[in-house]
Amino acid sequence: MAYIKDKGGCSRIMQTYLVRKFKDKFAYAVCLACVIVAVIPLGSILFEVTKNGLPALNMEFFIEGPRAIGEPGGGIANSIQGTLILIGLTSLIGVPIGILSGIYLAEFGNNKFGKIVRLTNNILAQFPSIVIGIFAYLTIVLLIGSFSPLAGAIALAIIMIPIITRTTEESLKLVPNTLREASMALGIRRWRTIMSIVLVSAKNGVVTGIMLSISRIAGETAPLIMTILGSQWFFSGLTEPMDALTLRIWRLALLPYDYAHTTGWGAALVLIIIVLSLNILARILTRSKFVLRGV
Amino acid sequence: MIGMNKELLSVSSKERVNQTYKIETENLNAWFGTKQALKDINIKIRANSITAIIGPSGCGKSTLIRCLNRMHELVPSAKVSGKVFLDGVDIYSKNVDPVIVRRRVGMVFQKPNPFPTMSIYDNVAAGLKLNGIRDRKRLDEIVRKSLEQAWLWDEVKDDLDKPGASLSGGQQQRLCIARALAVEPEVLLLDEPTSALDPIAASKIEQLIVSLKRDYTIVIVTHNMQQAARVSDYTAFLYLGRLIEYDVTAKIFSNPREELTENYIAGRFG
Amino acid sequence: MDENMKYPPKFFLSVDDFFKYILGIISGLVVLTLFFMVLELFRHSLPVLSLKFVFGVNWNPVVGSEEYGILPYILGTMVTSVIAIVVGVPISLGIAIYLSEMAPNFIRTTLSFIIELLAAVPSVIYGLWGLFIFRFWVRDFIEIPLSKYLGFLPIFQGEPFGLDILTAGLILAIMIIPTVASVSREVLMAVPNSQREAAYSLGATKWEVIRLGVLSYAKSGIVGAAILGLGRAVGETMAVTMVIGNAIGAAALPTSLFKAGQTMASLIANEFNEADPTSLHPNALVGVGLILFVLALTVNLFAQVLVWRILKIKEGAVE
Ligand SMILES: Nc1ncnc2c1ncn2[C@@H]1O[C@H](COP(=O)(O)OP(=O)(O)OP(=O)(O)O)[C@@H](O)[C@H]1O
Ligand SMILES: [Mg+2]
Repeated sequence: MAYIKDKGGCSRIMQTYLVRKFKDKFAYAVCLACVIVAVIPLGSILFEVTKNGLPALNMEFFIEGPRAIGEPGGGIANSIQGTLILIGLTSLIGVPIGILSGIYLAEFGNNKFGKIVRLTNNILAQFPSIVIGIFAYLTIVLLIGSFSPLAGAIALAIIMIPIITRTTEESLKLVPNTLREASMALGIRRWRTIMSIVLVSAKNGVVTGIMLSISRIAGETAPLIMTILGSQWFFSGLTEPMDALTLRIWRLALLPYDYAHTTGWGAALVLIIIVLSLNILARILTRSKFVLRGV
Repeated sequence: MIGMNKELLSVSSKERVNQTYKIETENLNAWFGTKQALKDINIKIRANSITAIIGPSGCGKSTLIRCLNRMHELVPSAKVSGKVFLDGVDIYSKNVDPVIVRRRVGMVFQKPNPFPTMSIYDNVAAGLKLNGIRDRKRLDEIVRKSLEQAWLWDEVKDDLDKPGASLSGGQQQRLCIARALAVEPEVLLLDEPTSALDPIAASKIEQLIVSLKRDYTIVIVTHNMQQAARVSDYTAFLYLGRLIEYDVTAKIFSNPREELTENYIAGRFG
Repeated sequence: MDENMKYPPKFFLSVDDFFKYILGIISGLVVLTLFFMVLELFRHSLPVLSLKFVFGVNWNPVVGSEEYGILPYILGTMVTSVIAIVVGVPISLGIAIYLSEMAPNFIRTTLSFIIELLAAVPSVIYGLWGLFIFRFWVRDFIEIPLSKYLGFLPIFQGEPFGLDILTAGLILAIMIIPTVASVSREVLMAVPNSQREAAYSLGATKWEVIRLGVLSYAKSGIVGAAILGLGRAVGETMAVTMVIGNAIGAAALPTSLFKAGQTMASLIANEFNEADPTSLHPNALVGVGLILFVLALTVNLFAQVLVWRILKIKEGAVE
């Protein structure tokens, strides 16, 4: 280390070393601090939602609809119903399409068209949901002339499909090729091989995708504003406005009454339980990390 | 400089051993998970000498030299036991910082691994900058000297700001050698440094290794018997994680003690 | 003998081909959707699209004196997104570094899980929390000190209130952290170990290894992750709507961080149901959606390319 020695640098190297050690420790502390900073909001949200939401929960809350604005009491049963209907309708549209296009991408998607589909899905998965809501408004609501749960479901399906497509594709790709070959060697046709053998052995991944996507759409608000509008009433047909938990939370939060805020927190508690339990369940089902990316 | 390291590597004087050896291992064992890769290795490596490590693929050559600068422990699930003395100080004792050990014991890897997005210049200067050398003129000087030593200077002197990834495989390996030389370690561990090079570059690297003997202690892993015979003073033959034979190179190649060694050198296995 | 007699012409696809084409058509639906989305947004916003629409600052939906200029909302979107990136990306990067390079295994799994949960919380709940809790944190711990000591700066003008551009930007920062952190973590984990070893062998400390061996290698992927976060921030609606204060017209110009503002998305959420269908108001809101669409598409495409590139390196190399 001649160049260091001849400058009499022994102590300087030592100094540098200490500074480096300090920087090392400091970087560690900073990264840890980042983690803590990120965890605080989650902790606070869970705490506040539970603390403020619990007092709202009672029998009435779960079986009645809202009273007239300004009048305390009533419940959010119609909103829960609406959210469940939306989940059902959306899944009816989104799950088959999502799974089938996932199958296409995994089994036949090694071409230019597959690339375009994949890119489109990636874009839609990250897309502003309010724009999707406008699209559903322009095509469905304007077409049938009224707000409609169907329009809401279509908007949500556009959000759901990319998630299911991607998880299906990735879990099918994990199925070893030998399984396909073995089945085809038995003379079973390709399509039957895929539908009955490959899909079945990938079912955990596919179900995970479905649950994650439901957890995601159950929490969507923006695209519902211009499709189902929100309502005081229970579901009354596919050409009438309908309510949803998320819309209710938003509307209640903006009302200037304490009782409304309490009900809002209560609704938030119900929503967060639905969303997080679906999400956690899905992640327990498959502990692999591919499904987690950016969903 | 040494004084500082001694301070950092301070261990009770009882544990100090004979100083003519730069590196000594004592019952060195290494594992990957439950698989034992090194078994009771005892080897003494003289200062300012070139020691070649030979043996069939998978016998633990890389693992051995990676134990000499505490790189082995970076593999998750890897484990080491036994002692490795550097200038008489056990580098595995508690109060020794591996950062200092690696600073003194440099390494060139089997596969070239330059920093691909950094410029050629920054690749070579990386280690120096870590040690607080910022003076541009000094950096220039050392970068040039190191690249010249690694026989790369003439090829890259006009594109020092090109990224490391833009070089060919052989050039990348020489860049890695230059990078290791730039920080002037005391020991240089070379893991098959010429396996990615063409014969001309390889022979230049061999010349370089021989010329470095004056200032460095060198341990080189090689699959090339001629290379081992040409450059090294001592040769160690490893087989299935054990040190089978270790002697003066001439002796190993002309008159080995063990039959296993003879068979290997004669190309009868491995 | 006629060839056609020996091999009767095939009129139908084989079952397998039929299956394949049906699936192809179904998977093509999303492409069609995206295409129609552009078309519909464009068609319906045509009546209002003009330079004055993009660069105007006045917003008046009253029939007879209608005027639609969306510059304040474009700027509002930009400013809140920039705050989100400036605050959120460094924190996310710290988390990603901790998760990929520093944390012991069991902490890594638990923590990744928690971060993913953060992503699962619906944005309306962030909004609720922002409106009733976070807003006061921002006002008391950030805005009041800032206005006390740096109040002379134009961007800190005004009475700290907590329902303003700063709060919106900060809540966006919190919301993009899970996305940016988990994508960055993947990018960091895709860095081959030989890079880390190269740095270690020079006698680098852990942090120096991260800097030399990991971050410099993963740069473009991290930029991609940040842009992905930007995409999310740009389109995020509910949480912003609930805390930004919802100013209109020239008042919504983001001249100070302590001012009520408006983003494109929050404007749509606030006004869509109140728009008179006989006026141009709905068209103007669709127009805002179109601009948002273009912005989000550009940002997203850019991010996809960057992230793809680095994760592909991982697929290729078996290290
Ligand atoms: N990361 C690892 N995880 C598990 N086992 C490993 C790992 N690296 C090496 N091994 C095992 O340890 C043993 C010694 O490996 P090492 O790399 O030291 O061999 P080598 O002599 O350098 O071989 P080569 O000449 O092929 O480079 C081998 O049997 C190998 O299978
Ligand atoms: Mg090896």
